[in-house]
Amino acid sequence: MSANGTIAVERPPEVKQGWTRARIIGVVLLTIWAALGLGVLIFMVNAWDPDIFARYAPRYLSGLWVTIQLVAVSVICGALLSVPIALGRMSRNKLIAGLAYAYVYFFRGTPLLAQTFLIYYGLGSFRPELQAIGLWGFFREAWYCAAFAFTLNTSAYQAEILRGAVESVGRGQWEAASALGLSKLQTLRKIIIPQALIVALRPYGNEIILMIKGSAIVAIITVYDLMGETRRAYARTFDFQTYIWAAIIYLGIVEVLRNAIDWIELRITKHLKR
Amino acid sequence: MLISRRIALALPAAALALAVGSAHAQDTMKLKIGTEGAYPPFNNLTADGSLEGFDVDIAKALCAEMKAECEFVTQDWDGIIPALQAGKFDAIIASMSITEDRKKQVDFSNKYYNTPPALVVPKESDITGTSREDLAGKVIGAQGATTHATFAETTFSDSDVKVYPTAEEYKLDMVNGRLDAVIDDVIVLQEFLDSEDGACCKVLGTLTPDEAIYGPGIGIAVRQGEDELREKLNAAITAIRENGKYKEINDQYFSFDVYGD
Repeated sequence: MSANGTIAVERPPEVKQGWTRARIIGVVLLTIWAALGLGVLIFMVNAWDPDIFARYAPRYLSGLWVTIQLVAVSVICGALLSVPIALGRMSRNKLIAGLAYAYVYFFRGTPLLAQTFLIYYGLGSFRPELQAIGLWGFFREAWYCAAFAFTLNTSAYQAEILRGAVESVGRGQWEAASALGLSKLQTLRKIIIPQALIVALRPYGNEIILMIKGSAIVAIITVYDLMGETRRAYARTFDFQTYIWAAIIYLGIVEVLRNAIDWIELRITKHLKR
Repeated sequence: MLISRRIALALPAAALALAVGSAHAQDTMKLKIGTEGAYPPFNNLTADGSLEGFDVDIAKALCAEMKAECEFVTQDWDGIIPALQAGKFDAIIASMSITEDRKKQVDFSNKYYNTPPALVVPKESDITGTSREDLAGKVIGAQGATTHATFAETTFSDSDVKVYPTAEEYKLDMVNGRLDAVIDDVIVLQEFLDSEDGACCKVLGTLTPDEAIYGPGIGIAVRQGEDELREKLNAAITAIRENGKYKEINDQYFSFDVYGD
């Protein structure tokens, strides 16, 4: 500050007004998107057929219900299974760490489609063995096979999310807790996990969204989810609006989920807001 | 599986394209023919990626009759009509039944064969008849987007009809013991029973096809309004029926005339 009281302030550069290049490109792109959206809307209005709607709307709903059940069950079971896997990944025991690494490596490195196919048709060819150990009742049902395959798949991803989140909490936190005489488990439960969850929330949301879209392959093993019902409706009607309806429903689910995650984040980060 | 199938397909297709390109044909008709390649003995891909089967041989005979140069394109069954409409090929020769629903989308030639549907069950099955009551509570497999699936869903309304993407999957599931019965064309099922995996099963009986669902038989689909091509195909079907070429192909595959009456 100088003696005569004037202050030299460094101002940010003036924002250019008017039609800059970026703005023109933005408006053009937005116009293209709006036109596409309008085109779809016009197509849907023209293609509107009350007969098709009355006939297939209940099937879409039952398909939607199958999708929601399947994803909910897999994500929850996957979350439970991911805890020991994540612990295994962080273990100092080489054997346990290696096994956990191999599990994650396999399920993240191969397509969900192949995993589902292998579990349903592949394991199905070991029927006598499965019957001998009493598991055929489970693997006979396509729905259980699908839930099983999805659970294994998502648990590998969730384990990595969990591991990354736990490792993102500084070592100092562990040391401080230890200095206060807290046990490892107490530290994890009371100090590390609450902080790790904030980091993990977004990736978890992404994983659920990916599972919802990934579940669309399940019709190959005869489970008729939303996509399966869509394909069945299309095979009967040859009408593209069947697929557009499916797209709109999937978009709707994802939108609901996105808002739910936003809301949860707002709640658990309250203490960080100023 | 799907990917290797596509790669396997690309090679002969490329070879064919080369052959077509070097033929210096001036006014011969060029046709692309769509087929599924997963429906033996009518159309299927061999281990080395070439197409074989009754549909394929009939298609080649028809092309020779029309003096057309033909190229085969394989396409998953449930997208085969949209692919025709999108111009990926000009005709579907893939054991497609001529139905009213499909006629709203494509035009059909006259039939080139007509065989009844049948039910196959495990050898030790306790199912005795082919009526709705006999199959009540049973699990029936069928290929999706086919007349057989539609027929099963309407006729066997007390059964659980499971729908598979291709015939391969319901065969796998029959062998694995998840199905009580499968429905398909009698010839396709017979071919399955004659294979190694088919040892599990037997034909329960053929079914009387419901004309409203199955239509008058199997035809060649072309885009709507392509009457010239349709007429040519019809003439060629009649011609190979008359000149013995059809019988020659028929006898290579079947012990009876599949044309029907």
